[in-house]
Amino acid sequence: MAERVFRVFRGTRERGELVDYRVEASEGMVVLDALHSIQARQAPDLAVRWNCKAGKCGSCSAEVNGSPRLTCMTRVDDFPANEPITVTPMQAFPVIKDLVTDVSWNYEVARRIPPFRARSPDFPDGSWRIYPYEVERAQEFRKCIECFLCQDVCHVLRTHGKHAEFMGPAFLVRAAAYETHPLDVEERSSYLKDEGGIGYCNITKCCTEVCPESIQITDNAIIPLKERVVTRHYDPLLKLVRRIARH
Amino acid sequence: MEEIERHQHDVLVIGAGGAGLRAAIEAKRVGAKVAVLCKSLLGKAHTVMAEGGAAAALATVAPEDSWEIHFRDTIRGGKGMSDWRMALALAQEAPARIRELEAWGALFDRTADGRILVRPFGGHTHARLAHVGDRTGLEMIRTLQDRVVALDIPAYMECTVIRLLKDGPRIAGALAYRRATGHFVLFRAKAIILATGGAGKAWLVTSNSWEYTGDGHALATQAGADLIGMEFMQFHPTGMVWPPSVHGTLVTEGVRGEGGVLRNSKGDRFMFRYIPEAWRAEYAATEEEADRWVAGHRSARRPPELLTRDVTARAIVQEVAEGRGSPHGGVYLDIATKRDPEYIRRKLPSMYHQFKELAGVDITKEPMEVGPTVHYIMGGVKVDPETQESTVPGLFAAGEVAGGLHGANRLGGNSLSDLLVFGRRAGSGAAAYATRAGAWASVNEHEIEEAVRAALAPFERGDGENPFAIHNELRHLMQHKVGSARARAGLEEAVEEIRTLRGRAACARVTGGREYNPGWHTWLDLHSLLTVSELVARAALERSESRGAHTRDDYPREDPELARLHIVVRRDADRITTRREPIPEPPPELKQILEGKKASG
Repeated sequence: MAERVFRVFRGTRERGELVDYRVEASEGMVVLDALHSIQARQAPDLAVRWNCKAGKCGSCSAEVNGSPRLTCMTRVDDFPANEPITVTPMQAFPVIKDLVTDVSWNYEVARRIPPFRARSPDFPDGSWRIYPYEVERAQEFRKCIECFLCQDVCHVLRTHGKHAEFMGPAFLVRAAAYETHPLDVEERSSYLKDEGGIGYCNITKCCTEVCPESIQITDNAIIPLKERVVTRHYDPLLKLVRRIARH
Repeated sequence: MEEIERHQHDVLVIGAGGAGLRAAIEAKRVGAKVAVLCKSLLGKAHTVMAEGGAAAALATVAPEDSWEIHFRDTIRGGKGMSDWRMALALAQEAPARIRELEAWGALFDRTADGRILVRPFGGHTHARLAHVGDRTGLEMIRTLQDRVVALDIPAYMECTVIRLLKDGPRIAGALAYRRATGHFVLFRAKAIILATGGAGKAWLVTSNSWEYTGDGHALATQAGADLIGMEFMQFHPTGMVWPPSVHGTLVTEGVRGEGGVLRNSKGDRFMFRYIPEAWRAEYAATEEEADRWVAGHRSARRPPELLTRDVTARAIVQEVAEGRGSPHGGVYLDIATKRDPEYIRRKLPSMYHQFKELAGVDITKEPMEVGPTVHYIMGGVKVDPETQESTVPGLFAAGEVAGGLHGANRLGGNSLSDLLVFGRRAGSGAAAYATRAGAWASVNEHEIEEAVRAALAPFERGDGENPFAIHNELRHLMQHKVGSARARAGLEEAVEEIRTLRGRAACARVTGGREYNPGWHTWLDLHSLLTVSELVARAALERSESRGAHTRDDYPREDPELARLHIVVRRDADRITTRREPIPEPPPELKQILEGKKASG
């Protein structure tokens, strides 16, 4: 099969450049295969993260021709044969080296979200009854593989760098997974409004477009959470009721 | 020497898959200061790739299921090589461990009456696997990861252990490096739990990720621990075979659990011809009967596609060898003619996606091409069934790196419950040990300096081979000489060639700097890979019979003499030695269960 040119970012946070590598393309080849081939034969120190190579772990996120993708699920033959394929690290996070970025901020956000808290068991043996129709909504959000591509594409983080103020779509999905969980009783709307900064999202749906799990992030996770926050914090009637209740 | 980052924890867990996380949660619960350390980012460990489900006799679909039947299935599936105490603990505790996950937020698929739905799987008498479509591992690891975060357990991510440190006979700590910076980290610990998973990356065609380099097996060997059952490497019958990019990628047994069938190039459902005599009474005799079982008729017997993995993998190899394979050297796995598209997409979403994106195959319309892929090592560190402590005081092991539970062949679904049941036991065992241990063991600074110098040596060389090239040669060697069909001559050659590769690795060169350098990481991993390869080859030489996943062309039958013996491997000075050791006999009441005389109680 034909040889393809891969234009790969090499470097660190301080400096770097795009370097061209020629790789023999094979049938069904994905971008991650090409990166592995470069590693094995041309540049053993090319830094890449990966694990499952089947779209299940969300490790190999990068930008292919500028768009956030899992490199293990991006077919080389999806791109015109005569043009180089450019692979660069996710832009919303600091580069460690080459295609590897420092995503530790995401793990810090995860630590701050009020965790899952189950209602008391339905039965003395400690079990619950949960019906099939109850799990569907939460299961959509629990498909999240934490690839952070939605964080990468979100302009609040990517362009405006509001990492300190905004948790990002990935963790709004996480919050939605808890909030729609049939057993969960935790209260998260204050967190979402203040620390989580849900108001920063102006529902441009960029996150939904890049989700490799096809989670309807904006429509199914973020908008209902926004509504919940509004009802809880800005509903004048509820506010009055709460004020009276406090006295 | 450079300044080394230092930490101290009562219990250090190496590996953050299901077993490691479950162990950390338990150690924390009983009051130990515990930390986890992992090669990848949190939540990316191999457990995330598990698809089909976790086996537990919840009896929500088949009310007649019980721990006794799960126990018997596990021992029979393991061809008598399992430690009965571990099989018993698994069968009895798995249901509680699954319900506990539910309490921590896991959302399994449900039955109509609101309980946990279980699905059929190979070698299990009844439907028994709690699952979430075909992404059960993701649900498990995320639930455990959330729990670890909620409990504020420290996690050292992208950190790889290269050496265990001892103080006399007991464990004292571990030396690791941070992948991002290449700097070394010293962990002092009273107890260490190995939860490092498997070793599939020593083979060419494997479902395993880069992490599976046998680190725990090699670390335990270096520390002088006994390992058992290393000759038993499971070939999962259904890996993808085409295109080359995905050769070896797992196709869940759940496809067959949901009614998928295997066919050869003649369209023949060949598994009916491979039912072992001892199992014949339990499997359907005709396609019609098998179809009725899938449709839920209790009077019918289960389809032969649900035989154990060793039997199924061997059948596929034989069909291909006899010229009835698919164009790319596999066989066909067909669910399209058995289930409607909506059902397939709902119960097997990631299989649908995986074939569509990577192979251009729509599994709701066409069959998949599949063949065996190296998947899981049954052998591992010999442990005490109660505490998971190895033969080295203070060193524990849980999950795939531990040996004894799965014998000569693991049943699908038993791995995920293994992680929970024995992760928990290791956590409490290690925490109790740490409490008993008293004062901190001391580490030998000279040994640390030596290890650091050795780890950095390949940067100093002006020339030398590329570590990736050596790894690639090892993979070919193991695939061809220590693969699914073995014989004395090939195994002896393998041992010799591993020795040669070790010599070449010692002269290999690493280019670039220490920051996130995969060439260097691969060179360091080679040490583990070569060690585990030698352990497997030597154990395979010693077991002069065919049993479960271990097939010897020169000894094609089971040997009754070897039926009750483990092959134990360990390091003595600078060489690997093997010996045979009797497998403990179960007590009479459990023997009755095994013989089917007592099916419930």
